Amino acid sequence: MLNVGKIEEGFVLDHIPAGKGMSVFYHLGLDHMDCMVAIIKNARSGRLGRKDIIKVECDIDLLNLDVLAVIDHTITVNVVKDGEILEKRTLVLPKELKGVMHCKNPRCITSIEQELPHIFYLADPEKEIYRCKYCDEKNSEKM
Amino acid sequence: MEKIGKNGKPLRHLMTPLDMSVEELEELFDLAEKIKNDPDGYAHICDRKKLATCFYEPSTRTRLSFETAMLDLGGKVIGFSDASSSSASKGESVSDTIRVISCFADICAMRHPKEGAPMVAAGRSTIPVINAGDGGHQHPTQTLTDMLTIRSLKGSLDGFTIGLCGDLKFGRTVHSLVNAMLRYPANKYVFISPEELKIPSYLRAKLIEMKVDFKEVERLEDVLPSLDLLYMTRVQRERFFNEEDYVRLKDFYVLNKKKLELAPKDMLVLHPLPRVNEISVEVDDDPRAVYFKQVQYGVYVRQALIVTLLGLV
Repeated sequence: MLNVGKIEEGFVLDHIPAGKGMSVFYHLGLDHMDCMVAIIKNARSGRLGRKDIIKVECDIDLLNLDVLAVIDHTITVNVVKDGEILEKRTLVLPKELKGVMHCKNPRCITSIEQELPHIFYLADPEKEIYRCKYCDEKNSEKM
Repeated sequence: MEKIGKNGKPLRHLMTPLDMSVEELEELFDLAEKIKNDPDGYAHICDRKKLATCFYEPSTRTRLSFETAMLDLGGKVIGFSDASSSSASKGESVSDTIRVISCFADICAMRHPKEGAPMVAAGRSTIPVINAGDGGHQHPTQTLTDMLTIRSLKGSLDGFTIGLCGDLKFGRTVHSLVNAMLRYPANKYVFISPEELKIPSYLRAKLIEMKVDFKEVERLEDVLPSLDLLYMTRVQRERFFNEEDYVRLKDFYVLNKKKLELAPKDMLVLHPLPRVNEISVEVDDDPRAVYFKQVQYGVYVRQALIVTLLGLV
């Protein structure tokens, strides 16, 4: 049995579908942060069979978790403060995502103007469809 | 927060026809009618104002329509008509170009082959930007032209059976017109096209979700008697997977005098132009053929748009 210690302040991201842990790691920008991060892959789960878990020790105001809902809205977010779970946060699909998805439409202005931020808006919350703000092309990028 | 333009008035742009509410569209069309009926009364409303036509790809019709609109309002026109004669050929970004143009002109009409380019410009501009066509994406002033033509010649925008014929898959004018007309709930739609060129699935899903009365058919003759409006578009050979299908279907979508006999006497035939062979020239003299009047309405609606976005009314 693998044991990872408690954190004092930060996040425990639980029930990440097995194999998506690294995607969460990169999309949250954790590779650019100097805080302590533990990634547990393929942990046993009653609900999922296998799951990934990420523990991040950081200021709880530091991390923007919007992107998590896009990866999988069933991920459990535990916010930890003073060693205790402060809240279990429900994930809501953000209305707009900046710099997370990339437009693949070769006719889109972003294909020739590299410095433009790639911005997507939530076009259909039920089907979880995001479209490019500039050309309205549906996001085709796997998260 | 509302952005203020360089003229000290709230800054508004036009990227899609849906940027304007139904009430705002009514005001715009009322103004276009006033300009049509009293051109002298508006002949100096844009004195000392300049329109920049920034056309990154050639489009004689739309550019000349915008330029005519501004000149008839007493304003002046500057601009370029293809990317090679602009700083884009030196690698300048759209954002930088519009910041420069904002110093020269009071309003800008932009056409660009890349989708979303006018939106990028609008984000950096201090003058109103009108999307004059961005690739296959949006061409809002064409839709406003179509709507003004219908409203002026039919008296309203609601309660019609609208036939849309030809390339309904790739034709942006069709998608844009349908999306704009969906805000008038009593309209019915008949989509007339070969299997290969039917409306895109997202549009069909939207029509079903909104419980819109519509049907999709292959033969124009079958539905002509039931139409109040017929919007023709071109069926292009290159859209077909094989030559055999093209040859089989191409004449289905040519409107000639004989077919027009099946249509009601007060039906209107519209076309965004340029027309190639999908409407026989013999139809041109029929009073129901209004596609050249449509061009004139295009000037009126652009005049109304310039005046509105400049905050002159």
